[in-house]
Amino acid sequence: MSEQKLMFALAGNANVGKSVIFNQLTGLHQHVGNWPGKTVERAEGTLNYQGQEIDVIDLPGIYSLSTYSIEEIVSREYIAVEQPDVIINVVDASTLERNLAFTIQLLELQPRMVIALNQIDIAEAKGILVYTEELSRELGVPVVPTVAVKGAGLTELVKTAMEAVKGEKAKHINYGSEIEDGIKNIVEELKAETPYPSRWIAIKLLEGDAEIEKIIYEKQPEIKTTVDAQRDIIEEIHGHEIGSVMTSERYGLASIISEKTTRHVIPDKTLRDRLEDLSSHPILGYVLMITSILAVFYGIFSFGDWLAGTLDAVFGVLQTVYFNTVGNTDTTNFIWNAVVDGFIGGVVVAIPYIGPFYLVLSLLEDSGYLARVAYLMDSAMHSIGLHGKGFIPVMLGFGCNVPAVLGARIMETERERLICAFVASLVPCAARSIVIMGLVATYVGFRWAILLYFIDFILIFVLGRIAYKVAPDEPVGLIMELPGFRLPSMKTTAQRTWFRLKDFVYEAFPVMIIGNFVIQVAAFLGLLGVVENLMRPITVSWLGLPAAAGVVLIFGILRKELTLILLGSLMGTTNFATILTPVQMFVFAFVVMVYVPCLSTIAALVKEFGMRKALIISGVEVAVAVVLGGIILRVLLFIGLP
Amino acid sequence: MSSASVEEYLEAIYGFNEKGELAKNQDLSEKLRVSPPSVTQMIQRLAEEELVAYEPYKGTQLTGKGMALAQKVVRKHRLLEVFLYDKLKLPREKVHDQACKMEHSLTDETAAALCKALDNPEKCIDDDPIPECSLIVESCDECEHARSKSAEHPLITQLSNLKPGEEGKVAFMRGGRHATQRILDMGLTPGTYFKMVNAAPFHGPVEIEVRGTSLALGRKLASQVYVEVDDKDETWKRPHPHGPHHNILR
Repeated sequence: MSEQKLMFALAGNANVGKSVIFNQLTGLHQHVGNWPGKTVERAEGTLNYQGQEIDVIDLPGIYSLSTYSIEEIVSREYIAVEQPDVIINVVDASTLERNLAFTIQLLELQPRMVIALNQIDIAEAKGILVYTEELSRELGVPVVPTVAVKGAGLTELVKTAMEAVKGEKAKHINYGSEIEDGIKNIVEELKAETPYPSRWIAIKLLEGDAEIEKIIYEKQPEIKTTVDAQRDIIEEIHGHEIGSVMTSERYGLASIISEKTTRHVIPDKTLRDRLEDLSSHPILGYVLMITSILAVFYGIFSFGDWLAGTLDAVFGVLQTVYFNTVGNTDTTNFIWNAVVDGFIGGVVVAIPYIGPFYLVLSLLEDSGYLARVAYLMDSAMHSIGLHGKGFIPVMLGFGCNVPAVLGARIMETERERLICAFVASLVPCAARSIVIMGLVATYVGFRWAILLYFIDFILIFVLGRIAYKVAPDEPVGLIMELPGFRLPSMKTTAQRTWFRLKDFVYEAFPVMIIGNFVIQVAAFLGLLGVVENLMRPITVSWLGLPAAAGVVLIFGILRKELTLILLGSLMGTTNFATILTPVQMFVFAFVVMVYVPCLSTIAALVKEFGMRKALIISGVEVAVAVVLGGIILRVLLFIGLP
Repeated sequence: MSSASVEEYLEAIYGFNEKGELAKNQDLSEKLRVSPPSVTQMIQRLAEEELVAYEPYKGTQLTGKGMALAQKVVRKHRLLEVFLYDKLKLPREKVHDQACKMEHSLTDETAAALCKALDNPEKCIDDDPIPECSLIVESCDECEHARSKSAEHPLITQLSNLKPGEEGKVAFMRGGRHATQRILDMGLTPGTYFKMVNAAPFHGPVEIEVRGTSLALGRKLASQVYVEVDDKDETWKRPHPHGPHHNILR
């Protein structure tokens, strides 16, 4: 066998079982990270086939190779530039027509390709029979039927792909003659060197693809005349604009091929059909949704609480052992606080909630239920500048903002992801609820606590709308496939969760540990007193809080629920009624609620959107908290509260 | 049943639906000055022709097909009003009745020409919106060419107006390039048959069946997709679990 490593790429629509195939092929030899500079998950792994090592990459699930989403751009650049040895196009046999429209686009890039005709069992249950040989003949590439969740056909798939490595490249499929003429005329004139095949370039130029236009027109501006002329001819013949013509051509071909290669029988209504009907029912659909969401959240957070408590206890024991061993001096104290505590914060706050969250998100996605929830919640989410898919991350925010921010990537475009994460980071999480309940509800009154939540919801509503207005790019409403229900593969789910969690630890922990270290060093050097004085104009004059609040708010960045305890210890009592007026309590709780996401959330924001955007979001929230906090103080004093 | 009286009914129901209300038989009888029994009878006939959906004790709502017809006639009515009032300077109180009589004999082609001549007005004289042009044009410059293909234009309405169970054929898209491309990529290309499956409450998304899959489409996006709703083409009626355009093996 050759020494050289081979590279296979899995490509296909969403919900076709691509990730299941990926997991079956690579097992535990994989790494889940991000594409450089993008919020797109990049899953890579290795496979050993008869002594040959093969890199497998799982491209994101997409419907087209245009530039609608970041996923699409990432995928097409990868295929053209990195040129994997074989593309394994995973196709859902039960929705062949739509899948083939994407296959036809892949063929335009003329790679070496093999088709995995997946979920043939589901197709059969739906009464769809696909003829593999006919399909292979029509497309000119090998087709291997698979049932990935059961591992069926995968050995055959790898074998076929290995043969394809040395085989011929795939051929494109011809469109209507007027379009082929247009393509031919452009190809003849095209001289600019690119990694893309010239036919593909010609098609993309015809379609007016902004990215490709930029590359080509820079090198060969004169070709624009030919492209425009050819486009006019085609638009004239069809009476529709070119994007519509080309997409229609592809779907037309897909429709013809799928009709030639499938036969249908009418199946009985299955239990699955009934469940699907129920899940989008105007009344029962909501009942089902609320029940399952509540169950899921209750599950995540009760498990998270339990695990966090247990871990806390374990670290408590460790701490005692540590101090008993090295003695309790300023130095040992500092070492523990500065070095170990940041790590503990990560383990105790993040892991217990993020682990189960990733697990549940993966289950919701793979089962096809997430799409139904998005469908039901779309109109409600529009009022805060998002669409239906944003519901899950925002709801998760009530437990912990970290998974909420990470969950924002289920939105399609960078714009929507950013708005969603921003809104989610404003949702009062469990830690903030502790402060609200422990301070305001206990000492001022339950109604005032409710008022705080109410103010926060208005804030989310208003800031969400503003973000919707100021965020760049064209807003696009909800459009997505509603996949049929299926049982998720436990193995895939477990593996995916594990690798995502690992990735989070690598990316977010350094931020938390360093952040903690900086604050602790500042405390050790006695800089906090200086900071406290510097913050006086804000904390004392504007917000009307005791000066100690400055330090408390800084430490609150680490863990918001600690602000209460810290405030107590700095002021020398935990009976807050003796040290704070009700108005001060209300303002303090408000500021804690809004002022800045905690360090873990900031770490998640940095991981997803980069340092700059994370700082902007945090900055905006600090500003909003301070400005509104002062206004609330004055309003409360004005209406005569003590 | 003359087509003019069908059009009058549809127009009246449109007037209620436009404000987000169902048309109650009582209200229709007052508005059209006909007896309640004949309203009941007429609504029944319209329901049989699948132009309206009637819910007992609640009222009547236009189906997609009924909406397409109603939009056509309301559009003619409101364009005529603008013409009679703005151009011919007729007194305001006479404009409505005159437009009511003229609207039924105006061909679609003439209506489009009238629209062009009036510079594509958006609102009628009472400030109600004039239903949009349903020709496949990017701007009014292409109006003449598009409108002259036939005197009567196909029945076209926005996808969002269809009721669950109705079928249609994609005609064209209006709106942002990004959104249009996305709609196309998901398989809603011109000429594609689809079936409306469900519409979420509170103005939520619609669920349609197209190319053998289910697709959810936000209400705003759905209102940018213009679809043909005419069942003269018998092939639409083939019952099939995977969409209206597949072979069935029995």
